[in-house]
Amino acid sequence: MKRKSLIYSLFLKGGVILFLFLIQFVLPTYHHSSFSKIMILASYAIAYNFLLGYTGLMSLGHAMFFASGMYSAGLSILYLGFTPLEGIIFGTLFSLTMSLIFGLFALRTSGVSFLIVTLMFGQTLYLAILYYNEFTFGQDGFSITNYLGSLVIFGKEHLYSNPTIRYNFALIMLAVYLLITTIIILSPIGRILIAIRENEARTQLLGYNVFSYKLFALTFSGTLAGISGAMHALLFSYIGTTFAEIHHSISPLLWTLLGGAGTVIGPLLGTGVMYYLIDFISGITSNYLLVVGIILVLTIIWFPLGIMGTLRQQWIKWLP
Amino acid sequence: MVFLAVLDGTVTAFVLALIALGLSLVFGVMRIVNVSHGEFFMLGAVFSWFAYHWTADSVWGFVLALLIAPVIVGFIAVFSERFILRKVDYNPESTIVATIGILYVIQQLTLMGFGPEARPVEAPIYFRISFPWFGYSGYKLLVAVMSGLCLCGVWLLLKRTKLGLYMRATQQDYEIATTFGVPTKKIYASVFALGGGLAALAGVLVVPIRQADHLMGLEPLLLSFIVVIIGGLGSIRGTIIAAFLIGISDGIISVFYEPTLAKMLATLFVVMILIIKPSGLFGENQQ
Repeated sequence: MKRKSLIYSLFLKGGVILFLFLIQFVLPTYHHSSFSKIMILASYAIAYNFLLGYTGLMSLGHAMFFASGMYSAGLSILYLGFTPLEGIIFGTLFSLTMSLIFGLFALRTSGVSFLIVTLMFGQTLYLAILYYNEFTFGQDGFSITNYLGSLVIFGKEHLYSNPTIRYNFALIMLAVYLLITTIIILSPIGRILIAIRENEARTQLLGYNVFSYKLFALTFSGTLAGISGAMHALLFSYIGTTFAEIHHSISPLLWTLLGGAGTVIGPLLGTGVMYYLIDFISGITSNYLLVVGIILVLTIIWFPLGIMGTLRQQWIKWLP
Repeated sequence: MVFLAVLDGTVTAFVLALIALGLSLVFGVMRIVNVSHGEFFMLGAVFSWFAYHWTADSVWGFVLALLIAPVIVGFIAVFSERFILRKVDYNPESTIVATIGILYVIQQLTLMGFGPEARPVEAPIYFRISFPWFGYSGYKLLVAVMSGLCLCGVWLLLKRTKLGLYMRATQQDYEIATTFGVPTKKIYASVFALGGGLAALAGVLVVPIRQADHLMGLEPLLLSFIVVIIGGLGSIRGTIIAAFLIGISDGIISVFYEPTLAKMLATLFVVMILIIKPSGLFGENQQ
């Protein structure tokens, strides 16, 4: 059973990645850039889903990890003259440290206190970015286009903002995220994380150190979110406080819930659906957040399992 | 200067206690966190502006808002409790997601009906209390006094009335309270309405000091989160004490440095509390 579902799961993911790879040659320019954006945001949602869907910890402050990756990469490129690769590595290490330290404190609480603490810390980082505006450029944000240089592939120079580069970088990141999370979830560690989600007290009783497993899940998820932020900074070369706002912490929650928490393709699907929905509504009214609110309420009342979760429950049992 | 900061902080503390008390009551009885609590506060302020605008008189507008705003917000709270929270069975995490949704809906509807700009409301009374070396707005003292009265009112409600008895019974054990004939469903609705009403009341009181706008709900929400975490979720006593701790220190730091720094320091304070006692100063143990 396990082997069979593993094969199906790999086929599904491989198929999705292949589809996304092939579709870039036929997509019109507008949708091409939308898809790049969706894939980066979806990798953020996958990072979020690792914590919510597989460990059962809901965070309302994930923007702090995204933003810490984004700002540490962007600021180091801007001030310290790091190359883009060094910037990404620095961003990764920084968000790893951030999430580890945060986890050590926040995981002392559980249940709703944990939610409140994540929300609070997320907002504190946002305030900190605004407070040190001489250094971070506050609300306006900044662009690193002129500091990036160009990327040499097969002897030819490309800009990071080149649509093809952007699309394929995002695609590679998405593929790597899908692969890494699947490997971890199917490994013994992943089994224990799922056990914590299902019954924390029993897992503890069985002799597992629940705290360190939760810390691992939080750090891993936070680091992945941070890398998404750093990559976002690199590929769109804009760093701003919108990515640290509470709203940007709620977004991955919405995407994951809509697509289906604890499913592999769910976050990607949820991100895509919401992206196009908001895109469509923004054409009609500027109050798209109203629709976000309504969808949140309706999803939680009628589809608590999300699109993929409902599909899995009702029809396609093998869905990973 | 220090005296002024402490005075300002005390006024903030009273209002904060009122808002956080609503949040804490809802958590204590229903075991849920209401993320849209800040929007109830914002609605209070917005209704206050409408009342002031319609009556075109600061005193009657204020009185009208004081009476009407908590009632309307209470009804909105009951409505969302009945049709949304009951549907997700008060599951803590689903409730949080649902109330985030309610937050967006209320905020955006207000934006559509009220507009994006901040609008001032005149204070119903205007006099300055002159201390030997500076003057102080009398209205702010009125805010503190009225908040204090409301806090006492809630305390009396909890300790001296049948409704309060029911609430405390539901808080202690939902199932046993139900078997003893406590109408727990109605108690849930009224607690949620009471929580919303308290936040709206705070909004009405605060709006002459600052202006009304559709985004004003976030800051008090976060501050009351800080307060309830420090005080211990669900503990009324802890909430009040923490509100004064945070309110007064916020006032002092805001005057001497910057409001943003005050919020950041408050979060650091939460970290310290979490290290010493994860369940908060007066919280019951979670394990």
